[in-house]
Amino acid sequence: MINTGDTAWMLMATALVLMMTPALGLFYAGFVRSKNTLNTFMMSVSALAVATVTWAAVGYSIAFDGTGSLTGGFGHAFLNGVGFDPREGTTIPHLVFFAFQASFCIITTALVSGAVVERMSFGAHLVFSALWSVVVYAVLAHWAFGGGWLQANGTLDFAGGVPVEMASGFGALAAALVVGARKDYGRQALLPHNAVYVLLGAGLLWFGWFGFNGGSGFSTGNGSVLAFVNTLLCPACTLLTWFVLDLLRDRKVTAIGAATAIIVGCVGITPAGGFISPGWAMALGVIVALPSYGVIMWRTRTRVDETLDVLAAHGIGGFVGILFIGLVAQKSWNGVADGLFYGNPGQLLDQATAAVAAPVYAFAATYVLLRLVALVMPLRATEHEEAIGMDVVFHGEEAYATGEGAILISEQILVRETPVRS
Amino acid sequence: MKLVIGIVRPERANNVLEALYRADIRGYSMSRVQGHGGELDRVETYRGTTVKMGLSEKVRFEIAVSEDFLKPTIDALCEGGRTGEVGDGKIFVLDLQQAVRIRTGETDSGAVTPVAS
Repeated sequence: MINTGDTAWMLMATALVLMMTPALGLFYAGFVRSKNTLNTFMMSVSALAVATVTWAAVGYSIAFDGTGSLTGGFGHAFLNGVGFDPREGTTIPHLVFFAFQASFCIITTALVSGAVVERMSFGAHLVFSALWSVVVYAVLAHWAFGGGWLQANGTLDFAGGVPVEMASGFGALAAALVVGARKDYGRQALLPHNAVYVLLGAGLLWFGWFGFNGGSGFSTGNGSVLAFVNTLLCPACTLLTWFVLDLLRDRKVTAIGAATAIIVGCVGITPAGGFISPGWAMALGVIVALPSYGVIMWRTRTRVDETLDVLAAHGIGGFVGILFIGLVAQKSWNGVADGLFYGNPGQLLDQATAAVAAPVYAFAATYVLLRLVALVMPLRATEHEEAIGMDVVFHGEEAYATGEGAILISEQILVRETPVRS
Repeated sequence: MKLVIGIVRPERANNVLEALYRADIRGYSMSRVQGHGGELDRVETYRGTTVKMGLSEKVRFEIAVSEDFLKPTIDALCEGGRTGEVGDGKIFVLDLQQAVRIRTGETDSGAVTPVAS
């Protein structure tokens, strides 16, 4: 039975989540040097193209067709059987359910690019994104959402601690290891070129996250309302905690730190949103800040150039959120299950299973995928291209073109020109 | 006393800074400039408008040195700036009439010699 109120909200929520991908592009673009702005942004934008197509073709089917233990079937491949009738167990048209889930696949695929910006070849990234959206995202979405073994076991994951946050975080670590560090990493200071983009991107992501978490109940019911409000409370507490940590470390509250805190808070509440009380959501906001802050401080001292700290923000945030459900879930709030503190220690075990299985699969599958892509094409730009910047090399454009000295040329002349990619 | 002007690729600027540091040259200024020196033009396209970028971004170093430091400075600019491709830049050396350190009023060689710190 279709419920019009639920459908109206889910249409809106889908649009909100879709906006998160360009918001992520903006967030990431601010972190890199100005010569790589467009390429970094385009890595996110390309997910809108690539992941939507793979999701419609096979990804959705692998994630949501049937209740096989490891993967779904191919019954919904190419949108077969996805129409106006409600999807089983929901009150919204199957098409809307598909589109909402598609927007998750897109943003998650875009997230991984944060590990490899400023040096990965754009072509190789497109191929990698297409494969990753199916082999890693769709499979983990099946495990957590589509009736796969984690969900069947009783693992609670409201809006994607497993397929979105831990998958992108630990996948990003593998990607950074395979692709390797930027040529100047550890030798020169590589600074964010526009902290305003970073803050604005983070703000827009938080805005979109209300659709992400608030829509993950597929209705306007209590679970969705709880997740929506927790999406306000938890990141606010993370932000405040980050201020304190920054003050303790350097006696200055940083803007980039604030943007990072917003993301970490939203990530932490993602799996737990509809399962824990508002009070515990605020506690989670404080708790999740600590390990993420620690990993960011530690990672920059290593040789691992996981450039935009996807692991610290998403991998660790998702890990903490998933486990936290096992401690403080309350049946009186979620109507589903209690956690350890409310007399159900078994829930913590189910959560711990997911917190081990998802990172292991995401890391291993991403590692193998990239090694395979590397067999057919170079993953990286050359050192010379890296020095020029990805924008000019891969896109033939600059983010901040001044136009000085630019001469308009006609098509006839262009035919004889050779493009500059050397 | 000479004024050395070195125009190099922006992506080599850090290598030049390193080379200058190793050669014990501590006083210089640098600025971003646009210029053209016979390298291939870069073609960019914006919504169907194709343009030839006749000027490329360069970094300009200005270094005032005493005669003893002239050769090391030129060597550092060459070593740090060279890629072997067209567009590596130029070095111009000018006679310098006078130099004054504003803080102390020292002149000439005294003014271009860094303070031991």
